[in-house]
Amino acid sequence: MSGEVLKGEGLTVRDLRVTFDGFTAVDGVDLDIRPGDLRFLIGPNGAGKTTLVDAVTGLVKATGSVRFGGDELLGKPVHRIARLGIGRTFQTATVFEELTVLQNLDIAAGAGRGPLTMLRRRTGVPESVTKALETTGLTELRDRPAGVLAHGQKQWLEIGMLLVQDVQLLLLDEPVAGMSHEEREATGELLQRVSAERTVVVIEHDMDFMRSFARSVSVLHAGKVLSEGTVAEVQADAKVQEVYLGRVSEPEPAAVPVAEEA
Amino acid sequence: MTTTLTRLRVPGAFLLGAVLLLGVAPLALSDFRLSLFAKYLCYAIVAVGVSLAWGRGGLMVLGQGVFFGLGGYAMAMHLKLTDAAATGEKLPDFMQLYGTSDALPWWWEPFANPFFALAMTVLLPMVVAGVLGFFIFRRRVKGAYFAILSQALAAALSIWLIGQQATTGGTNGLTDIQGFFGYSLDDPVNQRMVYFIIAAVLLLLMALARQLFVSRYGELLVAVRDSEERVRFLGYDPANVKLVAYVVAAGMAGLAGALFVPAVGIISPALIGIVPSIGFVIGAAVGGRASLVGAVLGAIAVAWAQSTLSDAFPAAWTYLQGLLFVLAVGFLPGGLASLWFVLRRRRTRPTPVIRTEEPVAVTVGETA
Repeated sequence: MSGEVLKGEGLTVRDLRVTFDGFTAVDGVDLDIRPGDLRFLIGPNGAGKTTLVDAVTGLVKATGSVRFGGDELLGKPVHRIARLGIGRTFQTATVFEELTVLQNLDIAAGAGRGPLTMLRRRTGVPESVTKALETTGLTELRDRPAGVLAHGQKQWLEIGMLLVQDVQLLLLDEPVAGMSHEEREATGELLQRVSAERTVVVIEHDMDFMRSFARSVSVLHAGKVLSEGTVAEVQADAKVQEVYLGRVSEPEPAAVPVAEEA
Repeated sequence: MTTTLTRLRVPGAFLLGAVLLLGVAPLALSDFRLSLFAKYLCYAIVAVGVSLAWGRGGLMVLGQGVFFGLGGYAMAMHLKLTDAAATGEKLPDFMQLYGTSDALPWWWEPFANPFFALAMTVLLPMVVAGVLGFFIFRRRVKGAYFAILSQALAAALSIWLIGQQATTGGTNGLTDIQGFFGYSLDDPVNQRMVYFIIAAVLLLLMALARQLFVSRYGELLVAVRDSEERVRFLGYDPANVKLVAYVVAAGMAGLAGALFVPAVGIISPALIGIVPSIGFVIGAAVGGRASLVGAVLGAIAVAWAQSTLSDAFPAAWTYLQGLLFVLAVGFLPGGLASLWFVLRRRRTRPTPVIRTEEPVAVTVGETA
């Protein structure tokens, strides 16, 4: 384990707890996410998946320990955690709607820029931006305002922003919610490409999508980790079938993109 | 062909503005009208900063009177001291009337130096804005709370000034300013010189603001305005991004206040309190706060309307001013400039881009 911590790419969560006004949303979670993993976090609504990501990225206060490449993340402000190489997306795509696709990506690439560069006009297109445009298939749309993009394209733009930000760990909150079947396939393939060089964690409700693309799965229930392993292992787990899969009458719950935990 | 035209559009518009301000206006307007116009241009300088901080940065700067006042008082203190020195007096006239001491207050003394006073007209507002902004933005005060806080500061400064009659001239302010760095302001030629300085400063600051708008910083500022949390997750501290816009806008308001003094001959608490602070943003709101030219033209137009209409209907103007503000902010957030862009887009692109989805309200984080 110490080896992967030194590489600075894996995420180690120990006894993470998040409490809102007496309600414990995350209740002692332990997680080890290895470098290069494509981990899916699943669980019923209110299981604490989004809150877990919020705690890791500094959006909510938490106790316990979250270590990433030798750095303790808890207690650091959001922008410092981001600079350590952790990026995230949200359930509703949040891109800068009035700026173009290119401007969105250029801003994401620029957190380390000095004042002189900032005060000048952008002249060329940074190489990382060109690459991200190709990876996400948005090259044709680069001069469009991000606000006019289709829903799926906005999600891809967000992933592209994480790529140019050069994060080592991507935390994606329901990236395929509201996407068509083709868009889901394209997104899954994109995530597999991305996870060749980076670690990816995906919160998802869509079981088909999870089965097709997950390398490992953690099931959360009532703020705790219920089960962990490969897709097959998790599906075979009786506890999981009972609280998550079995609770619904059909064996495979429909892929309804529900906004969880409001 | 079209690319050459687009490339020349901005320098062309700038040149046109320069010709109008430095050539046509001085020839077409009488001395009286020109000095009024100089006053409007001071408001336009404030509007340049408002356009940056509010239009691009989303900071509803409803307290620009504070910075306008700091710049104005810094300039007026220097001019009062030189006026007094020119007549062989030790103290400015109002201190002889209301003062309790024969000595000049210690904080007046450095303003006898013209370089110090000139530097202070810009630096003092910027430093004050820097300190205020540091705490305000770090505490994540925004939206209406920021606007109310700005208003309170404007009220506080004007109330403090009124209370210090012996050293600031109180309600009257610093009045009856005679000279401007050795030139008599009674002479129309010198008044014209003051006009030219103001017009040149306006053009320069517009060029500076334009550079900020198109720079990477300008893009980042818009990003912070539209989705502050998202910017934070990209590794930026939005507080610093906003601070820069706030401080630059304060410096511009300070310079405007400093130039207002020789143009009008007075600075007083009534010119920098709550009502004038709202007045500073109305022009930008009506003209289009996110558009530099819109904000400047709006400021000039509203200032002109105020002078004209408040003479004819003194009671009605206040209501009209309030109505204009509400209408512009509530129903035409892009101001008149946005109508221009809508018309132009209709003409050049007949098929509007179709949104495939309803725009979703962006709610980041805040898990309940």
